[in-house]
Amino acid sequence: MSSRRKKCKRQILKFGQNVVRFITGTLSSDTAAEEQEQAAQRHRPETIDCLLAQTHFTKRELQILYRGFKNECPNGLVNEDTFKNIYGHFFPHGDSSNYAHFLFRAFDRNQTGFVNFEDFSLGLSALLRGPVEEKLTWVFNLYDINNDGCITKEEMLDIMKAIYDMMGTSLNPRLSEDTARQHTEIFFQKMDKNQNGVITIDEFIECCQKEENIVKSMYIFENAI
Amino acid sequence: MAAGVAAWLPFARAAAIGWMPVANCPMPIAPRDHSKRKDELIILNVSGRRFQTWRTTLDRYPDTLLGSSEKEFFYNEEAKEYFFDRDPDAFRSVLNFYRTGKLHYPRYECISAYDEELAFFGIIPEIIGDCCYEEYKDRKRENAERLMDDQEENKDCKMPNMTFRETMWRAFENPHTSTMALVFYYVTGFFIAISVITNVVETVPCGYKSQKDVPCGERYTVAFFCMDTACVMIFTVEYLLRLFAAPSRYRFMRSVMSIIDVVAILPYYIGLVMTDNEDVSGAFVTLRVFRVFRIFKFSRHSQGLRILGYTLKSCASELGFLLFSLTMAIIIFATVMFYAEKGSSSSKFTSIPASFWYTIVTMTTLGYGDMVPKTIAGKIFGSICSLSGVLVIALPVPVIVSNFSRIYHQNQRADKRRAQKKARLARIRIAKKGSSTAYLQTKRNGLLNELLDLTASEVEQQHLNKTSSLLESQHHHLLHCLEKTTGHEFVDEQLFEQNCLEGALQPYRSHSRTPSGSSQDGRTGTCCSRRSKRGSTPTPVPNASLPALHTQPHMLTHTLPQSPGLQELSAINIQCAEQQLHSSSRSNLNMQTNEVDRRNTRQQLQQVTTAIISVQTPGTGSSTEEDDDSHGLPNPGASVVTTASSNIVRVSAL
Repeated sequence: MSSRRKKCKRQILKFGQNVVRFITGTLSSDTAAEEQEQAAQRHRPETIDCLLAQTHFTKRELQILYRGFKNECPNGLVNEDTFKNIYGHFFPHGDSSNYAHFLFRAFDRNQTGFVNFEDFSLGLSALLRGPVEEKLTWVFNLYDINNDGCITKEEMLDIMKAIYDMMGTSLNPRLSEDTARQHTEIFFQKMDKNQNGVITIDEFIECCQKEENIVKSMYIFENAI
Repeated sequence: MAAGVAAWLPFARAAAIGWMPVANCPMPIAPRDHSKRKDELIILNVSGRRFQTWRTTLDRYPDTLLGSSEKEFFYNEEAKEYFFDRDPDAFRSVLNFYRTGKLHYPRYECISAYDEELAFFGIIPEIIGDCCYEEYKDRKRENAERLMDDQEENKDCKMPNMTFRETMWRAFENPHTSTMALVFYYVTGFFIAISVITNVVETVPCGYKSQKDVPCGERYTVAFFCMDTACVMIFTVEYLLRLFAAPSRYRFMRSVMSIIDVVAILPYYIGLVMTDNEDVSGAFVTLRVFRVFRIFKFSRHSQGLRILGYTLKSCASELGFLLFSLTMAIIIFATVMFYAEKGSSSSKFTSIPASFWYTIVTMTTLGYGDMVPKTIAGKIFGSICSLSGVLVIALPVPVIVSNFSRIYHQNQRADKRRAQKKARLARIRIAKKGSSTAYLQTKRNGLLNELLDLTASEVEQQHLNKTSSLLESQHHHLLHCLEKTTGHEFVDEQLFEQNCLEGALQPYRSHSRTPSGSSQDGRTGTCCSRRSKRGSTPTPVPNASLPALHTQPHMLTHTLPQSPGLQELSAINIQCAEQQLHSSSRSNLNMQTNEVDRRNTRQQLQQVTTAIISVQTPGTGSSTEEDDDSHGLPNPGASVVTTASSNIVRVSAL
């Protein structure tokens, strides 16, 4: 009851303010202050030497990487919407926003809501230049949505659905209701050794390293940069 | 793929590792980057201003000039840079496109120059960013309108063979083309004015008759009737003539002006048909109102009126909005006023429609005062009504005004351009003439040049070389090749026409000829016919051959003119002959004549510009030059060109 009254009071106050502004002719000057706040966010990354130490890239590669990054995001930060937008350009057939969301979460280590250059370069370094374990760890973090150290079937199903969403609907053979679920089942069969319904990181890494295909496929994007 | 997105591709590929464990099948092999070019700085030298950028920046758009291998054509080995001979200012926008992925249109740049730059660098203008796209499209539309106007005016130029009907239509549409049209234009304008004044004066009271003011129309009935009849007759004749001359009668009948014409003259005829029947005279009087439409006929005479009409048409949406908002406001305020004034006694606001009048008068700030609110509430609402009326009416007016101003200025510009066009065309013609004169001059000199080559006179050759640049000499060589290809020669157009008109030569005819000198072939045309008449000397045998030449030196003999083209040849020969006639009134061809002739030839050729003479190709015989007894028409294969040249060679050798 009191919260409702408070709300009412606040609204009446706002209305009174608006009337005063209406009379004095300053009704539209409110938005200017808001705009200033938004634009102020910037981020400057750590020095290049620091990043050199943390990542597996060479100085040259880091330079190229940063130049591209800064060109696209002049204020040094990527927010999720931009991320989804960019990722969507590469997959025009379907809806890639879900997978992009998971990816964003995987890159944004501190869960700040923004990906800055350190996150970006560290993630790419792990993916492109790191040893197999590092890559697999990164992938595990991607699959583990709630960061509790193990992948449940529901999490895997979400990821699978997101991947299939990217494909779109007009596929051959046709997509059925169960495709994602079946695929998840197969995956779990493969990965879950002790059949306890979850996949831990050790199980994951061990299984993947045994699979010849998976190991080989980890290296195909070596020359992306 | 869009610009900046290309830069993210490596990231998307790296992120794809996330699918690997889930995949059931092995992955395809990744494409190798064969051109293992390290990222390097490229120097782009644009007319001296050096721009530098990374190679990968340019590679973002592989379907443009700079992004593809096309730029290798511009690579300068010594300076290790790419050189483009283009405008550096415009290049800035182009390069920024690569850098930022957005193409901007600088406002100071000329639209066609910008378009050319974009076309050169292989960038389509559709990707101009939203910030500049509107401006770009507006400027482009303006430019297109301007060019279209010019083209339309070009079409107006007189076409040579127009039928009588077409001429008449043109006269009606553009009165300034001929005097008759101008006269007709002013006469109709005058009669329109007379008709309108008559209508007005008809109703002025002049004089009394039986204690009552009588309008002039009733007093001088006959006079007014005569005037009206005269005007209507003129209008009817005009309308029928326009209908006859119109290229598409159906379209003409549907046009606005034609409808106005019909409406203007119809009441008169209806009045003629109807007798003084009391029943219908009321209707007849109403019809007379339509006579005022004659004033709209003035719009053919006044451009301002047309512009006004066009403006109103183009602002139809704003006018519609104005009308709609006014109607809404009127209804609202009328209702409010009616209910506010309902209480007061003896109120004029008897119903809501009655209040409409008050609302309209108040909103347009007229305020007649025949209806005024008496209650306090009524007065309050009345004042709100008048304040809001000012606002509502003032809003769409600037839009209409700006539209009118734009159209009016466009029209002014069109008029100015039309006036300037004549001067421009004259300048262009002079330039063209200059270049063709130069060619023929050089031809003469050039031939001399060939001769000098033979005689190896160094000094003169140098002098001649100086007078014409390499470009010119190559151009002249090209024209010379064309001459040799077709077997015809370029000749002075002026003299060609002049001699065509004057004509002092016997006619020549096709092989179906009769020996009579005065009979003409249809093919020879007027010029030759006149020529023939003048040039008919004793026994002008039409297809006289060589010997005849000796006897009639001032006549050119033409043999076998199987094509009308030969008559053109006669023109050039005529011109030569003309001169001869003037200079030497000899009738016999002798050595002296020859010399004089040669000199005259030289003289004439100095005045040549461009016209084509068609020399009979070998096999059909050739016509003769003046001094031909020496080498008149030795063989059919000889073309005049060679004789001419040999003549000239002769001359110079003298």
